[in-house]
Amino acid sequence: MSDDRPDGENYGQVFDRLPATADDRVVPGRPTRAEVLDWWDERFGVPPATFDGHSFWEKGNGKIWAFAGDVPDGVDCEAVGITFLHARQEHWKPTTDAVQRFGRSADQNVIELSDGEAAAFAAGHDQDLPRWDGDWGYLIAAHQIAGGLEPIGVALYVYGELRSRVPKGRREELG
Amino acid sequence: MNPLDRYGDLVDDEAAFRAACDRPLPQVVRVNTLAADADQVVAAFDEAGVAYEQVAWHDGLFRMPGGSPGTTWPYVHGWVHGQEEVSALPALALDPEPGEIVWDACAAPGSKTSHVAARMDDRGTLVANDSNLGRLSALRHNAERLGLTNLVVTNRDARNYSLREFEFDTFDRVLVDAPCSCEGTIRKNPDAHETWSLDHVHDIAGVQRDVLRRAVQATRPGGRVVYATCTFAPEENEAVVDHALDTEDCELVEWDAPLESRPGVTEWQGETFDSTLERAHRVYPHLNDTGGFFLAVLEVGA
Repeated sequence: MSDDRPDGENYGQVFDRLPATADDRVVPGRPTRAEVLDWWDERFGVPPATFDGHSFWEKGNGKIWAFAGDVPDGVDCEAVGITFLHARQEHWKPTTDAVQRFGRSADQNVIELSDGEAAAFAAGHDQDLPRWDGDWGYLIAAHQIAGGLEPIGVALYVYGELRSRVPKGRREELG
Repeated sequence: MNPLDRYGDLVDDEAAFRAACDRPLPQVVRVNTLAADADQVVAAFDEAGVAYEQVAWHDGLFRMPGGSPGTTWPYVHGWVHGQEEVSALPALALDPEPGEIVWDACAAPGSKTSHVAARMDDRGTLVANDSNLGRLSALRHNAERLGLTNLVVTNRDARNYSLREFEFDTFDRVLVDAPCSCEGTIRKNPDAHETWSLDHVHDIAGVQRDVLRRAVQATRPGGRVVYATCTFAPEENEAVVDHALDTEDCELVEWDAPLESRPGVTEWQGETFDSTLERAHRVYPHLNDTGGFFLAVLEVGA
């Protein structure tokens, strides 16, 4: 697989492991593991050790996957683990699934929603939320449930508005 | 014909069997232990006033008398997965350990796969395969929703599955949740018997035999293979396992099922099967108010 093609290019249909650091990078523009760990840490305060058991892979342009198992590079398969980050764009964006899976230890850029706000967010609705005085950009939307703060998904906060980024297939009307 | 007519002599109480098959099946969710425990799910249901009933034989299963579990917070968070109650048996029987290499040969749409991944604590490698690409998209959606990161998803024919590309040459455990005539799903799909024919049963039994044989071949000595279907037809159950016992190095082992079941049959329409088929489990709908199921646990090279 990976042996059949020249190094130095990103092949959209193949899973390739992210290089550990910039010094190991062969494919131009490919994010490194170190950059991914730094991003989760700096944006959300998710400790790098959270991902100790996971390797990161790219398939498609900037679509990053987190995988706990073990397979060779370039293996012919449909998926390794879950998609968890869209990189190679100005503002990196985590997936809903990643925020639910890894976002519990986040301690910054997390916006806690009331019951009504949380239900609107889960249904995919945008809402005015001027009370947020933190960063603009991608936030983790969370709410209190069963005695704890639980991430719901990814929000985009701009101009006083909280925009739900819950994908269509995951939206629910909670009534 | 109604295929259930064939099983009057197999079930101990035919009237109860037929009556149960006519009743709709309760909606059930299984707790995704990677994301939450049963107590958290109970607390969340209570906070929202959602009705539930914990299943007697498994504290991670809840019957939902109010209907759609999709519209609850635990579902949104990936804490629960809608799944037929009896479908929780294969992962319990497979009993994988965290860190092992496991193959789910016919994985889509992924209910049992996700249960296996949770039993592995999302560690090790779980190769989830299905020959049907359309159904694989449902599996991937479920896997991502439930946060399963130890899955490798492949789209191949399980009957001649090659491990050439992997860095291992055998699996520790394999689940064969075989495609089948689905007779036992009649409570969920009232149309399940409309397309039933004995020819189809025989055709699909051929596929099942080949998949099970490949599963045994691909499992390390001492490893475990679980064979399961949601049908009553002995042609697709005992006859398939009997063929594997005849042709591959494996044996059928005892397993204590956590719910009421009946032993596999050793004789069907003039054909006799290995006496150890009695160690297999037949779950009839009237026994535990579930769907129908068949399950056998094989040990390889034992």
